[in-house]
Amino acid sequence: MYTPDFHYHKAGSVAEAVEMLGHHEDSRLLAGGHSLLPLMRLRLARPATLIDIGGLDELRGIRVHDGHIHIGALTTHGEIARSHDVQHANPLVAEVAGGIGDTQVRNRGTIGGNLAHADPASDWGTIITVMEGSVDVQGPNGSRTIGIADFFQGAFETAVADDEIITGVRVPTLVRQGNGHGHEHGQDHGHDHGHDHGAESISGEVGEYAKMSHPASFYPVIGGAVVINADGGRCVSARVAVGGLVPTPRRAPSVEAALAGQELTAGNLEAAANQLSNDLGDEIIGDVFASADYRRAIAPVEVKHAMLHAIGLAHH
Amino acid sequence: MKVPIKLTVNGRSHESEVEARTLLVHYLRDDLGLTGTKIGCDTSQCGACVVRMNGATLKSCTCLAVQADGAEVTTIEGLAQDGNLHPVQEAFWDNHGLQCGYCTAGMIMTITELLDRNPNPSAEEVRAGLEGNICRCTGYHNIVKAALAAAEAIRSS
Repeated sequence: MYTPDFHYHKAGSVAEAVEMLGHHEDSRLLAGGHSLLPLMRLRLARPATLIDIGGLDELRGIRVHDGHIHIGALTTHGEIARSHDVQHANPLVAEVAGGIGDTQVRNRGTIGGNLAHADPASDWGTIITVMEGSVDVQGPNGSRTIGIADFFQGAFETAVADDEIITGVRVPTLVRQGNGHGHEHGQDHGHDHGHDHGAESISGEVGEYAKMSHPASFYPVIGGAVVINADGGRCVSARVAVGGLVPTPRRAPSVEAALAGQELTAGNLEAAANQLSNDLGDEIIGDVFASADYRRAIAPVEVKHAMLHAIGLAHH
Repeated sequence: MKVPIKLTVNGRSHESEVEARTLLVHYLRDDLGLTGTKIGCDTSQCGACVVRMNGATLKSCTCLAVQADGAEVTTIEGLAQDGNLHPVQEAFWDNHGLQCGYCTAGMIMTITELLDRNPNPSAEEVRAGLEGNICRCTGYHNIVKAALAAAEAIRSS
């Protein structure tokens, strides 16, 4: 199925792309095209002009610096998943990237495009939210950095202005201590370390993500992400975020508060996850794949799974 | 809007003028006559249209022809060399890795990239690597067998 017709321009630089955005009304940026082209084919988006930024190598690449991973907007999910720098600095990010879509989607889809699309259930939205990352944008008046809490304005709406372009994403690294248990687990998702070690050995930051995906497209329906800062098997503090429930990724302060100071036992994790409904309000998304009631019921389960995986207590 | 593009497909360079909205899969099939690449779901889920662009597999139904400007594209027609089938094609033949054949071109293209990245995969890794390719006939068993046989053939060649 073809998209509606559009004018096509190829940008030779970020500055040129910004200029083109200013000149062409109703224009959209085309990166990997894995969010925009499907929308256009369904006539859910009909931009008059596409500005192709796919050739801008300046927007590609990964650099770890100053406690953050800097990921160029055009970096693909596959490149992020395979990056040894990312695997080392934040195994949660590498693992999530490797679980997006399928091989072909990861070869083309970009982190900048994914965030610009702002699907309420996007893997990156939930992960960057739990990691308290930020998004770099450039416009006619220069560059600015938008904290992730201000980035998502609604379903498919962001704080990026019409004449701005996302240039990169910053994600804090995970801080590890002691025996590096968190690192090991993050790279070795799904294996059960818990029975031998017990949660009492965990110190430092451990993160995990659990999701329920559409069976054919693998697009997440509901996702739950956690980062637990542990000391000797006790939760010092925790960050929890969910996607696919309300129009934007949402932090879960009630769950975070319930976990803080607690011993990391399966029972305590479950009790904390069950606080999630306090953080969601009434405006739960529902669609043909999953009704609002279903999402409300499943979300705490995904959060609980993410927590159990994070500390190595998951059963398979 | 017509846009000039220049790209290499299966080692042969092409200069074409395409409508900006032409999808790569339509360009390959309708303009170049390379109908080995199939259109299945048309929504980047089934993998019937998988080709390689600059070495990486992609779903050519979710890529504009203009995005392939300057690229090297390989389709199923470009795998055989000097009249000899590619080892993955041979292995599909030997192991009967297909029934109706509609998904086969995409399966084979995906497996060529999989084996480039991981020359000695386990059956489980092959199954995971085929997550983006759907077959509605075979239950995947012989496809996985073919991929493993191809891996062995390539390693020992």
